[in-house]
Amino acid sequence: MTLIQYIVDNYQLIVQKAGQHIVLAGIGVLIACAIGIPTGFLITNSRRASNIVINIANIFQTIPALAIFAFGIPLLGIGTKPAIFALVLYALLPIIKNTLIGINNVDPAIIEAARGMGMSKSQIMFKVEVPLAISVIMGGVRIATVTGIGIATIGAFIGAGGLGQLIFQGVGMVNYNMVVAGAIFSSLLALLADFILGILESKLTSKGIIKRETI
Amino acid sequence: MIRLQKVTKTYDQKINVVKDLDLQIEKGELVVLVGESGCGKTTTMKMINRLIEPTSGDIFIDGQNTKTVDGNELRRNIGYVIQNVGLFPHLTIEHNIATVPLLCKKNRDEVMERVKDLLDLVDLPHEQYAHRFPRELSGGQQQRVGVARALANDPDIILMDEPFSALDPITREQLQNELLKLQDELQKTIVFVTHDIDEALKIGDRIAVMAGGKILQYDKPEDILKNPHNDFVESFVGSDRLWKTPDMLRAEDIMSKKVVEIGARRSVAHAIELMKEHNTDVLVVVDKVSPRPNKLLGIVGTNRLKGVTDHSVKMEDIMKADVVEIPHHMNLTEVLGIRKEKKIRYSPVVDEDGKVIGIITNTSIINVFTDIVPETEEY
Repeated sequence: MTLIQYIVDNYQLIVQKAGQHIVLAGIGVLIACAIGIPTGFLITNSRRASNIVINIANIFQTIPALAIFAFGIPLLGIGTKPAIFALVLYALLPIIKNTLIGINNVDPAIIEAARGMGMSKSQIMFKVEVPLAISVIMGGVRIATVTGIGIATIGAFIGAGGLGQLIFQGVGMVNYNMVVAGAIFSSLLALLADFILGILESKLTSKGIIKRETI
Repeated sequence: MIRLQKVTKTYDQKINVVKDLDLQIEKGELVVLVGESGCGKTTTMKMINRLIEPTSGDIFIDGQNTKTVDGNELRRNIGYVIQNVGLFPHLTIEHNIATVPLLCKKNRDEVMERVKDLLDLVDLPHEQYAHRFPRELSGGQQQRVGVARALANDPDIILMDEPFSALDPITREQLQNELLKLQDELQKTIVFVTHDIDEALKIGDRIAVMAGGKILQYDKPEDILKNPHNDFVESFVGSDRLWKTPDMLRAEDIMSKKVVEIGARRSVAHAIELMKEHNTDVLVVVDKVSPRPNKLLGIVGTNRLKGVTDHSVKMEDIMKADVVEIPHHMNLTEVLGIRKEKKIRYSPVVDEDGKVIGIITNTSIINVFTDIVPETEEY
């Protein structure tokens, strides 16, 4: 009862923190998309380039979140900036990787037909490759978003706000209701984001394509 | 008209895939490039729409060098059909077909109207198929859409790269027949690549047999069968092929070229003398006097001479006059049909001018086949 009581009493605070959280994760993922999807496209033609890029993205993934947050501070100061920086680095790998896989999975016969019909490189990209790869690319965006929302909680540690703040403050004040509320709402946020992106994904995917499950 | 002039394609500065190739394809002609894999047939075809750029040499379409045209622009005006079909899975059949005309910014309503006609043309009812997706169609149906797509922009030239090879034999035959029907109707210039000589013989107006990046022989199907230029062509075509395609054998191939003419007013004694001299049992009776010299009047065989003792009897009195003249390009099946129907023993073969150039007898027909079939057993 006390948890619910806490939530009811503090819903304004929770909504405010959730808002911060969404902005944090949202901006991080958007920037990662803006960098990752074009990068994925650019490296599809070169095995070497794709190996290098994927390896670098892999390395980012292995660095502990806290360390990246800390590294960001001397460059970007305290607050949302280093947090977003870290989120972008984390989100890049699934986005680049899925873009790469999505494009590489397009049947070469389809590309050959498109070239033979006189489609230009950009027409092939936007009219053929993107529509065919979109569900796989969106799969990457969904993974990036869900993990991003999780990682954003740590952002509170360097003053970025968000639901993580409830958790950290709760720990400091030994207020477990606060901790649990922060955790529950960040989980709910992740589930909700995944659900909404799922709908977006199926809206963007042609009915002619059999949906492939992606990791 | 497509003209390839000294076209060479080299990879890594050493491997010649296509060497100094000259080829001329007339407007409205269906030319088949046939050969084993790696002979350069597909490369040759793809150089026409510049999916592959020639290392050297020139290709002209209706006199214009393709190098002077933008590659994509060129390809939009050349239909292209490939083995794996390559329909866009995310687009409906209708939009697959409409892709190129819409790229060319043609009027949308007109394009969709044309799509309707094209679906009818390839036997896929519009209301039933237009809004389906490619994966809902069988392989044969997909390739029909592939053909319709290639025709969408109404190109003069269509390139087909083994379009029917991936289909089952029954569907393949069906689509071959439909292509021939379409071609009768549309008269496009078609370059068709295949490794299947049967397919080549069936659909080609002319066939280019390729090996090692060169064209070994470029001829009509029947000429490829009858006069292979070298051993490779012969073995590739198969020496027993004529048997399987009696339509390729013409009257002139099965006739005996020994024509002994006799004037209409000559006597029986003279006829017997001529037969002995030329060792034949049939004479062609011709008009030795004007107005049309050497016009065929009739035929005299040995049976007609038997028992004739009156030396005043002339050829024109005993000859069989109502002979059926066989045009020299009539095929074997038709010749046999006429001979059977009319119970004819001797069929004179005439050329365009009506001149007798040979005679078909049962013996001459049998001789053709004994020539083709090698003796494998001795009795």
